[in-house]
Amino acid sequence: MSDPQTFMSAPDERGHFGNFGGRFVPEALMPACFELEAAFIEAWNDVAFTDEYHQVLREFGGRPTPITPLTRLSEQLGIRLFAKREDLAHTGSHKINNVVGQTLLTKRMGKKRVIAETGAGQHGVATATAAARLGLECTVYMGEVDTERQALNVFRMELLGATVVPVTSGSRTLKDAVNEAMREWVTCVEDTHYCLGSVMGPHPFPWMVREMQSIIGVEAAEQLRALGIDPPDMVVACVGGGSNAAGVFAGFANSSTRLVGIEAAGGSAVGNGSPGVLHGMKSLLMQDEFGQIQEAHSISAGLDYPGIGPEHAYLAESGRGEYFAIGDSDVINALQVLSLTEGIIPALETAHAVAWILQEAGREIPLGSTVLLNLSGRGDKDVAQVREILRAQR
Amino acid sequence: MKSLETYLRALRSTGRKALVPYFVAGVTPDWTQHVEAAVHAGADAIEIGIPFSDPMMDGVVIQEAAYQALEAGTTFDTLCAELATLSTSVPLIAMTYYNIFHHYGLERSTGQLQASGISGAIVPDLPFEEASDWMKASSEHDVSNIFLVAPSTPPDRMGKLASLTEGFCYASARMAVTGRSSDHGDGGRVVEGIRKFSDIPTYIGIGISTPEQARDAASVSDGVIVGSALVQIILNGGGANDVENFVSSFRRAID
Repeated sequence: MSDPQTFMSAPDERGHFGNFGGRFVPEALMPACFELEAAFIEAWNDVAFTDEYHQVLREFGGRPTPITPLTRLSEQLGIRLFAKREDLAHTGSHKINNVVGQTLLTKRMGKKRVIAETGAGQHGVATATAAARLGLECTVYMGEVDTERQALNVFRMELLGATVVPVTSGSRTLKDAVNEAMREWVTCVEDTHYCLGSVMGPHPFPWMVREMQSIIGVEAAEQLRALGIDPPDMVVACVGGGSNAAGVFAGFANSSTRLVGIEAAGGSAVGNGSPGVLHGMKSLLMQDEFGQIQEAHSISAGLDYPGIGPEHAYLAESGRGEYFAIGDSDVINALQVLSLTEGIIPALETAHAVAWILQEAGREIPLGSTVLLNLSGRGDKDVAQVREILRAQR
Repeated sequence: MKSLETYLRALRSTGRKALVPYFVAGVTPDWTQHVEAAVHAGADAIEIGIPFSDPMMDGVVIQEAAYQALEAGTTFDTLCAELATLSTSVPLIAMTYYNIFHHYGLERSTGQLQASGISGAIVPDLPFEEASDWMKASSEHDVSNIFLVAPSTPPDRMGKLASLTEGFCYASARMAVTGRSSDHGDGGRVVEGIRKFSDIPTYIGIGISTPEQARDAASVSDGVIVGSALVQIILNGGGANDVENFVSSFRRAID
């Protein structure tokens, strides 16, 4: 990094954020990573490309998403709480920002097909959506366990013309879907782009995906400024791989705002992890004493990941970002509270961030603070699961 | 020059093509007997796969064997202890993913490899750009650091890899993970590219599953590596005799 005091600028030329990041892929994929890096830098500095990206997000993606003051909850908690409404973006989460950018880039590189991994299905649905818009072929790798848990999302992807491949190796969840997508990419790298869904993987993915998600933070900073808030005291976002958090943090990284990421307790790479190498990156990972990657366990498939994006590992290590974990039981309560108090059903992933705010108002969050919650996704995909859980509790 | 390369260069100078079978350590309780059977059948070096939970470069066969080995409680420590009891006349080469060595610590890992009689290591998810610490540690313990070259590797990068690799250069025959073979691949072209830059012994692997493929690959290189087809035999319940027959058939094909 050119200036150690500047956060969330570009990584070094080999993709390092401090001690994390880099490129740890089979030799067969190295040329594809170089090609992608060059194509991204060239496109991202071309006004015609970024104009088209913004135009598509405006006309198709539903941007800009609004900021909603969470008035009743603010009163109850004694803080000023605002939500950045990524749940209102097309396909129901922030994932659309990244896939619009990457599919435009795919076309620009002259490739005709995208592959993607997905956990709960949000990134898979978003990729299938963006691919359909551009007439790109799309194959999505999804752990067999997740295809069963999220059968409706499998059908959604198929409606959008994508082929969904159930992954039967390992724990048959998100981590194995990433392995399988990487394996597939080796065989078809000439005509296929790997549309990775989070700020993880080999360079340039963590940087590129953060850049494509930074529209969240840039918009939010401007919208809050118009409300006389410059900057907020704190920004809170949930973190699996960490793309929505990276996107919103990017708008506030060099201000006095506290950046707070909330992991699932069963997938807490910052809290329970140690440095390691997986999926093409060096980052913090949950692993056993022998260096075997452990399986994450969370109520939300989107946070069911044993690692975290390398830039988050760097933000955690440097102290610029603060990371906490929330357990499954608090998440269900938070989802109900936000639904009842503000009329917004959040995704289970997002509900982790809500739960932390409910828990910490008046503690980590001083009373009277101005807090921005990144409301990364809507809860429609989770209502059947939540119904089961609440029924079982009764 | 590290001892592995001295050995493999001397082997080549006798006119013999190298045959390198691959085993997943710990896949069955008697896996070291399989290694001995392969040596008896004419293997010139043995690749020892250290099982990892997320083998990104491996196809279904080696994945399955790795999970089976991990289920059985195999760790880097247990397999090293078992290897120490093995007395083979041929070099042993470790193959695993970087997280295992990174987690154990590079100094400790390379020391442990050396103490277990392993003189080379293939770490397929460690490109040379990230490998300087690893190369330093492995140099202190006479562990040769073997790089792969892929069909997609451009010439300038091929030159760099050919100059950095130690022991031998691993020419990947195809753009695929291990265990998928439907054609003869690009191994010959990759070897040709490497030879423009270096005279280091160069072996072809990835997708060599039959004696015929091995013969063709050996005719344009210094040796062949065979993995998934052999691991499949062991997953099917094959014993030391089956391993010996399999390796013998490859030996006859390439001699």
